Amino acid sequence: MASSSKQEWRKSTLAPILERFSERQGKFETTSGIELDTVYVPEDLADFDYASQLGYPGEYPFTRGVQPNMYRGRLWTIREYAGFGTAEDTNARYKKLLAEGQTGLSVAFHLPTQIGYDSDHPLARGEVGKVGVAIDTLRDMEILFQDIPLDKVSTSMTINATAAILLAMYIALGRKQGVEAARLNGTVQNDTLKDYIARGTYIFPPRPSMRLITDIISYCAKNVPRWNSVSISGYHIREAGSTAVQEIAFTLANGIAYVQAAIDAGLDVDSFAPRLSFFLNSHINFFEEVAKFRAARRLWARIMRERFGAKDERSCMLRFHTQTAGVSLVAQQPLNNIIRAALQALAATMGGTQSLHTDSYDEAYATPSEDAVTIAVRTQQVIGYESGIPDVVDPLGGSYYIEYLTDRIERGASEYIARIDDLGGAVAGIEEGFQQREIQDASYKYQMMIEQGKQTIVGVNKFVSGYSKIANMLRFDPEVERKQKERLAQVKQERDSARVKRALERLADVARSDENTLPSLLECVEAYATVGEMTDTLREVFGTQREFLSF
Amino acid sequence: MPKRKIRVLIAKPGLDGHDRGAKVIARALRDAGMEVIYTGIRQTPEAIVATAVQEDVDVVGMSILSGAHLELFPIVMEGLKNKGKADTLVVAGGIIPEEDIPAMRQMGIKEIFSPGTPTSDIVEYIRRESAAT
Repeated sequence: MASSSKQEWRKSTLAPILERFSERQGKFETTSGIELDTVYVPEDLADFDYASQLGYPGEYPFTRGVQPNMYRGRLWTIREYAGFGTAEDTNARYKKLLAEGQTGLSVAFHLPTQIGYDSDHPLARGEVGKVGVAIDTLRDMEILFQDIPLDKVSTSMTINATAAILLAMYIALGRKQGVEAARLNGTVQNDTLKDYIARGTYIFPPRPSMRLITDIISYCAKNVPRWNSVSISGYHIREAGSTAVQEIAFTLANGIAYVQAAIDAGLDVDSFAPRLSFFLNSHINFFEEVAKFRAARRLWARIMRERFGAKDERSCMLRFHTQTAGVSLVAQQPLNNIIRAALQALAATMGGTQSLHTDSYDEAYATPSEDAVTIAVRTQQVIGYESGIPDVVDPLGGSYYIEYLTDRIERGASEYIARIDDLGGAVAGIEEGFQQREIQDASYKYQMMIEQGKQTIVGVNKFVSGYSKIANMLRFDPEVERKQKERLAQVKQERDSARVKRALERLADVARSDENTLPSLLECVEAYATVGEMTDTLREVFGTQREFLSF
Repeated sequence: MPKRKIRVLIAKPGLDGHDRGAKVIARALRDAGMEVIYTGIRQTPEAIVATAVQEDVDVVGMSILSGAHLELFPIVMEGLKNKGKADTLVVAGGIIPEEDIPAMRQMGIKEIFSPGTPTSDIVEYIRRESAAT
């Protein structure tokens, strides 16, 4: 007989089965520790109000998506993060990716560029051209974008502490190509707060970092209106071991800090907020991830309208790039990583991402090979062009389960944000190690769940078998470091050193004042000052930051 | 006399900030009863050697994901030798292509743990190998 309530069903229909057969697990929960019921029904969403919780796509609070028709108009941007070796090497990879059908570029810089050292600095030994492309001066950028017109592509640059320098280089490169700043499309990550929390490529203390970030927001609002001035990133927070709820909470708390800083600098919220973008992780717990993306959109919309009084709807839109979870890739039976990336890509597209990077199966060993990257791109194309998945907006919306999870994640994240507010905001939390400690605890807990067999990783703690080695891995050309140092020396020899000196002196003066640093950085990069020289100038004025909390 | 606890230095050479693995392993070794010192990120090989000497550790575990292992590890190994710490058990982990493993063993790194290795395997390995020396 049909039950009239969940309670009744539990007693009359479910309980007799559970008495006879135990379930696979004592309890079921998501990675954020949200305990899951057997099934979700209308009464689980008792307070649910369609208009205020979901609304229509392209309308506040944007739970269902930021565009009215989402992927029916245009698919998400396939954007594979790439960069290695010299600018020539990476330029060749970009041209191949564009020929494969990729529609946006995403620049990976080598670590010395990210931390403000030139390729000939002692700390750069062994790092030149690894994990990203070596950029020391504007000359390298000219080669990186050879034959790639900047008015035809959008370029995302994963750069934080030195974001202002690389943005200045991109604008200078545009000038050389005859593309004015107002026509440039792209993104700088420019999110140093998450580097203190998780990614580790900070240089300066939080206060001057916030000033540089605000300089970029302000400069872009006036001069580079199509540029995303910050990509507020949960990706690395999640990679460092946070839960889905923490990822959203800590990311949006950082976002709140940036918005507040820009308002404090005298900007009107609607003059810059539409150009803030986000970068999120897509991890392996499928429904939790889909719900996470939806919850993040709704929560940010509410924060922007209620906390900051944004009037422009675009200020309330959480637009985001997604990357599949690098940390979920394993060395054992590496081809299985293709399936992991596919599931995560599926969650991202069902969650309404604006652009997507799928990881390559060989990344537990090295920077991906061309073959591996091609499969990663094809994975997105199968989802986008074959599966029919993009044909209807927010296809899981209205699922009792998804809506329940979306509510729970939003609530959990709001509670964390309230705790961070109580600590004095994201920067104060970071200074006392709050976010870092929460992440460390979550990451250790997750590792223990794997080791106790509570979280299965196929090929690692279950279904373990032998596997063959990956063929055709990317190998680094040992000549890269020498070639790069040679070019750097040549640029230094050819440039007008008096002009460089003047530009750097001016930069120091500006850094000491409260003037925007971007115009003086533009003067520096156009004089072919190096990343290291500009960063050292700023280090003199701003000082440097040690690790807040290690272990 | 009670045997002294195994002293381990977990070190992050190179410029990458990926410290999740290093921290998880540091904690697992500590929970397994070892004395653990963690260097924090962006340590030079020279600084790692200096800490290993100063803290008189039995084991050095290096975690690196930047790809600079073949350049930086030899400097650590050479430094340990020069400081009379050649008997230190050195292990490594991170993003390391299989092809690089023979060269790393050649320079005296005893074991290389790839992503996915359970911390219990590492604990067991360190206990066994330190007992053997």
